[in-house]
Amino acid sequence: MLSFIFKRVMVAIPTLLILIILSFLLMHAAPGGPFTQEKALPPEVLANLNAKYGLDQPLWRQMLSYVWGIVAHFDFGPSFIYKDRTVNEIIAQGFPVTLTYGAIGFVLAVVGGVGLGIAAAVYQNSAADYLAVGIAIGAQVLPNFVLAPILVLVFTLWLGWLPGGGWEGGAWPYVIMPVIALGTSYMASIARIMRSSMLEVLTSNHIRTARAKGLPEYKVIMRHAFKPALVPVLSYLGPAFVAMITGSVVVDMYFSTGGIGKAFVDSALNRDYAVMMGVTLLVGFLTILFNLIVDILYAWIDPKIRY
Amino acid sequence: MALLDVNDLGVSFATADGTVNAVNGVSFALERGQTLGIVGESGSGKSQIAFAIMGLLAKNGRARGSVKFDGTQILGATKPALNALRANHIAMVFQDPMTALNPYMRVSDQMAEVLVHHKGMSKTDAIAASAQMLDAVKIPGARQRIRLYPHEFSGGMRQRIMIAMALLCKPDLLIADEPTTALDVTVQAQIMQLLAELQREFGMATMLITHDLGVIAGFCREVIVLYGGRVMEQAPVDDLFAAPSHPYTRGLLAAIPRLESTGGALRAIAGSPPNMTKAQVGCPFAPRCDMVLPACASTMPDLLPFAPARARACNRRLEDMA
Repeated sequence: MLSFIFKRVMVAIPTLLILIILSFLLMHAAPGGPFTQEKALPPEVLANLNAKYGLDQPLWRQMLSYVWGIVAHFDFGPSFIYKDRTVNEIIAQGFPVTLTYGAIGFVLAVVGGVGLGIAAAVYQNSAADYLAVGIAIGAQVLPNFVLAPILVLVFTLWLGWLPGGGWEGGAWPYVIMPVIALGTSYMASIARIMRSSMLEVLTSNHIRTARAKGLPEYKVIMRHAFKPALVPVLSYLGPAFVAMITGSVVVDMYFSTGGIGKAFVDSALNRDYAVMMGVTLLVGFLTILFNLIVDILYAWIDPKIRY
Repeated sequence: MALLDVNDLGVSFATADGTVNAVNGVSFALERGQTLGIVGESGSGKSQIAFAIMGLLAKNGRARGSVKFDGTQILGATKPALNALRANHIAMVFQDPMTALNPYMRVSDQMAEVLVHHKGMSKTDAIAASAQMLDAVKIPGARQRIRLYPHEFSGGMRQRIMIAMALLCKPDLLIADEPTTALDVTVQAQIMQLLAELQREFGMATMLITHDLGVIAGFCREVIVLYGGRVMEQAPVDDLFAAPSHPYTRGLLAAIPRLESTGGALRAIAGSPPNMTKAQVGCPFAPRCDMVLPACASTMPDLLPFAPARARACNRRLEDMA
């Protein structure tokens, strides 16, 4: 197991390097640059700016000094747009926000989705199933850019229960709506995957054996069907968790949370190369990390998987 | 009073192609400690009889008629009532040991939960008792290997585990549904010998379901021959082999390959099993029967006794069978 983890970490390093190279090339392939404005800057000013941020150097040198900055100083460079802020600061400020509402949303989506999925499968074709499937489909046809304004309309404008935006260091009234807006569609996806995999597991031979043992149905499901039914859900959860804790631009914008999701989209629009690279690397790193965790969880569920 | 009394049992399935009548009016009784074989080719409904008794029919399945266990009606009994019987009084060994065990649980946990649930034993005691039962089914090193997962055992060993698991509560009735079909021939013989030994040792009534007349011959005292979900013939095993009273049984016996036969094609019963979605009129075997009478197409003969412990359902007179 330890050697497996070591191997995966060793593979992660070249993976991240390739990610850096590809993002760098793509970024610079796009026309324009961080200092492209509607009213063009005088060439001397532009040349000075490019020199200051090293953009006058050949691409391979820029890439090398970028990687060196990370390896030697854990420094992701300065923002090209916000003159007094570094990428480290932007991430340090925005990531805790998305991590908070993303992680809470994730837990609720998993608990709700798995619960709904099991209920729907166990009571297949009954009212409970239709209700659960109805909720799941309803949640999925309401994308967060529709759900978010509805939430604000109902809970802020009509009922006046919750603030319509802001973060206030993550005080709970400010967290509720981002969590719901982000988590609902994930919950729906998890519920659908869980339902179909549970239905399949419930027809397998070893479940019939468990029933022949005279176990009550809840034990048959929780002891014998739950783990195998969880396998397909698990492979969805790794990428979903990363997507959730790195936030969503829609949630960040509607609720003015100041999360990293908005920073990422802004950086792409503004050609803020350093912020874009920083967030891309963060997402890449988290994706590798959580895929590794999912693989370790597979081994925990399925004894046939040994590393 | 018989331990198991099955009367006019019918099993049907609602499918997209219509109702499939898998079992039609099957009756038999099994005394305590006795052995009964149910033979039939695939699709004859033999496994569905077992599932109907256990209350384990697929969701779209319906059972009719009566199944009495120790005098109590168990067909259509409540789930708690059935659960109290399952494993505790009626245990079952399934066809495919590769998939019948839970691949995600240690053998110790799978076995122990039966004793913890039905006998209220502590987990430690239950595992110790389970290891003893693995000893009884001749799994070497049971005390250590009980901690392993099913995939760490061979097919034959897994079937031994299934058998040990079924015997944990010393059931009154063991139903073995094609216990050796998925195993290779040498292992088949070992498993059947083991089952026979355990049956004598524990003295439990045993219902053996198989398509293999050879397996029946060495194990059962009574035999029921099933075709198209109906009983064709019922007889003590020796009589069945010595003097089959039904054209179908005769065909089955003739189809067994013999060592002494030299070359030539294997004998088979011409035709294929009936389409069970169609409503049955007459004898289901009539289209394949080499002794068919005009009446067979329209009249299903009743299962009638003609000698002690023997009965047959055939329009032909017994004398014609000679």
